[in-house]
Amino acid sequence: MSAVLPTPAVLPQRGILSARSWTAVFAALVVVVVLVPVLNLVVPASSAFHMSDYLVQLVAKIMCYAMCALAMDLIWGYTGILSLGHGLFFALGGYMMGMYLMRQIGSDGQYRMPMPDFMVFLNWKEFPWHWAVSDSFIAQMLLVVLVPGLLAFVFGYFAFRSRIKGVYFSIITQALTYAAMLLFFRNETGFGGNNGFTDFKRILDQPIATPGMRMTLFVITGCTLIGMFVFARWLVGTKYGRVLQAIRDAESRVMFTGYNPVAYKLSIWTLSAVMCGIAGALYVPQVGIINPSEMSPAASIEIAIWAAVGGRGTLIGPIVGAFFVNGAKSWFTQAFPEVWLYFLGALFIAVTLFLPQGIVGLFRKLRGKGGEERA
Amino acid sequence: MLIRWLLLLWAALVLAAPAQALTQAQARALATGDTASRIAALNELVVGVPDGQAAALIQALADDAVKFTDTAVFVMKDGKGFDPVTGAEVPVPDAAEDVINNNQMRSELDAALALVKLQSPDAKLRLEAVKTLASDPSESKLPLVEKTYAAEQDAQVKEALGNLLFALQLSSPDTAKRLAAAEALGSVGTPATKLLLTERAAVETDPAVRSAIAAAIEQIDGRLAWGERLGVVFTGISLGSILLLVALGLAITYGLMGVINMAHGELMMIGAYATYVVQNIFRSYFPGAFDLYVLAAIPVSFLAAALVGAVLERSVIRWLYGRPLETLLATWGISLILMQAVRNLFGAQNVPVENPAWLSGGMAVMSNLTLPYNRIAIIIFAMLVLAGVAALIAYTRLGLFVRGVTQNRKMAACVGVNTARVDTYAFALGSGIAGLAGCALSQVGNVGPDLGQNYIVDSFMVVVLGGVGQLAGTVYAALGLGVLNKLLEGWQGAVLAKIMVLVFIVIFIQKRPQGIFAMKGRSAEA
Repeated sequence: MSAVLPTPAVLPQRGILSARSWTAVFAALVVVVVLVPVLNLVVPASSAFHMSDYLVQLVAKIMCYAMCALAMDLIWGYTGILSLGHGLFFALGGYMMGMYLMRQIGSDGQYRMPMPDFMVFLNWKEFPWHWAVSDSFIAQMLLVVLVPGLLAFVFGYFAFRSRIKGVYFSIITQALTYAAMLLFFRNETGFGGNNGFTDFKRILDQPIATPGMRMTLFVITGCTLIGMFVFARWLVGTKYGRVLQAIRDAESRVMFTGYNPVAYKLSIWTLSAVMCGIAGALYVPQVGIINPSEMSPAASIEIAIWAAVGGRGTLIGPIVGAFFVNGAKSWFTQAFPEVWLYFLGALFIAVTLFLPQGIVGLFRKLRGKGGEERA
Repeated sequence: MLIRWLLLLWAALVLAAPAQALTQAQARALATGDTASRIAALNELVVGVPDGQAAALIQALADDAVKFTDTAVFVMKDGKGFDPVTGAEVPVPDAAEDVINNNQMRSELDAALALVKLQSPDAKLRLEAVKTLASDPSESKLPLVEKTYAAEQDAQVKEALGNLLFALQLSSPDTAKRLAAAEALGSVGTPATKLLLTERAAVETDPAVRSAIAAAIEQIDGRLAWGERLGVVFTGISLGSILLLVALGLAITYGLMGVINMAHGELMMIGAYATYVVQNIFRSYFPGAFDLYVLAAIPVSFLAAALVGAVLERSVIRWLYGRPLETLLATWGISLILMQAVRNLFGAQNVPVENPAWLSGGMAVMSNLTLPYNRIAIIIFAMLVLAGVAALIAYTRLGLFVRGVTQNRKMAACVGVNTARVDTYAFALGSGIAGLAGCALSQVGNVGPDLGQNYIVDSFMVVVLGGVGQLAGTVYAALGLGVLNKLLEGWQGAVLAKIMVLVFIVIFIQKRPQGIFAMKGRSAEA
């Protein structure tokens, strides 16, 4: 595996990012915070420069996906552990946010009852225990972090302790998300069964469907993504990050040198799950629905392909990959829905066979060795 | 219809002489009047052994082929009227009305016909008749059943008749008879008997009979519980044998070659669709041999999947040996393409695959336990495939090469094994077995584009649990998981069972990270 990934830069660290990269990050911030809101809200719809609501929502959605891809890259590209269950953490984060949003609907549901429609439909009189704090925004936001994090920690503890690795780990994470999907499909679980959560009305008592709210969420999502990127960039440059890459390339050797790989793997695995959870929480209010299909094995494996297409072991790669694959998806599923799965399948094969370093690797190859040390 | 008429013809010939002869008055009473009086007439007729004419009249009544006028009754056949007593053809007046039977009358007629059938020389027909009567035991039939029981020669029929007799005697006014019947019924043990006993228990007054009935119900419950338990074990073994078929292919591609093939489920799907195509070919071109299509589908599904597998190995997987995670992603891509291709070729809906006659139905082992033939066939099939694969690996030259390449690829290459070709053959073999699994699945489940997706997680669990590198672990893991899954399903429901199995596997791997049968030696850490 190590043969196909870029050798980690062994240069001493000179700060988180190079000057050029800082400029790029700053530019991205300007785009997200100033340019997009202006193009969407200020520029009139008739103008050629107007950014449509649809496009804003699409970009916001893809930015959430990009966070997942970034999280996947930390665990896969930098630590060499392929998770096929990241969709579960994404969905859990989404569900935690969804629970709060369902409570915010209040009595405006179809049945005009103070409980979410699906509970009225199931003839439940009280909220189940796991809905206890669902009316508090702060508590639910804590759960967005805690639930995926705790699940990942417990699962990872047992998995890494018994030194499950490679494809074994991948398969077991896939089974984990599959089992969770079956669980969430049941009405008894208390998460709305098949339909999940939808028809949100408010967030923090503000109407959710207004252009202003949409743009606020967009800006928050964009800033979170940029923040995560800078954080990840810093993380992989630290000693901790170097040990992760050493584990990827030669785990036994790291162990023999006196490091305990379990602690490193477990911490990055939990962190990665939390990042996915946050992405899910930002995704739900913007897309307006969360249901168990986000936990399907196929959804999780797609996260891996975003990272792979963009380029594993580079941090900008997964973000590029998420935009490329999902952009292609929304174009194909509109223009040629039949062809989309052929394209996606071919992408899986082509990337693994011909582009082991993804799009970013291809660019670097085209530009010579110049890009070696840049993010 | 033909059989019925033959039966009646026979009844007419054999029973004519000794039996009570049908009279015009009886025929009229049977065909006209209100239901209660007609039933009384019917019962009166069948208490004495009915003769051929009476049997024919009852049959005609059940077939709605009787007309009547104020003075006469006519049995209609092919638009002509016949006198029910003499059998002679008579003209039917235009005023003749159809005899109408309500549901109560109909069930009485069926019971009466069963009583007639009870006289048949064919033991099978007699047994059927007993079953019909047992489904609705009523006291009016007691005398005739008693008479037949005394005369019955065939052991099986006699036993069944005996049970029927007890069921009828359960409501007898004689306490001793009721007691004997309750005691005897305990050992019969069908759900129907239990219902009968429960109904009787509600109205029974005699304490001795009451306790006998309670004891009998308990005895039956015990037997039914056993039937249920055996049923769970059987469905567990059935699921296990399917998992075994699925996992056997994986044991070769993953276990021996180290290739993680996410498209394995789609290769099964190809096998299932190959079976579907063979079925359609047989239906259009050899309808006479339709029942044999499954036998033809076995090699076809094997070859179809093996061919696809060989192409995949040569074109994609070959370049990814030693990079399991990349292989995983690439084969997932392949599975997406194969699924979409099948959707485009056959449509997104499930396609119908029919069981041939010899695979439909089942073997009734106990009153509440029927083992379907198709599942039994799959268990046998899985065993045969297992034996075949084991023999192939152990005794053939290809098997030797596969083992050699698995143990030490470079050394095998050095002594002249064409490792690349062995890889292709081994992968094609694993894929072919997936095709066989698909063929088997088509006989018990739906055949659709996502057929493979449903089994892929389970089958990988089998491989993880069984360990890598030999077949024995796969076998134990498949059967073990199958039975465990069904046991837990009976206890906690399907979803929780799946989750519990997953937890179990994770815990199990804590203890034995390499599966049930760990590889020993240097390859263990590879």
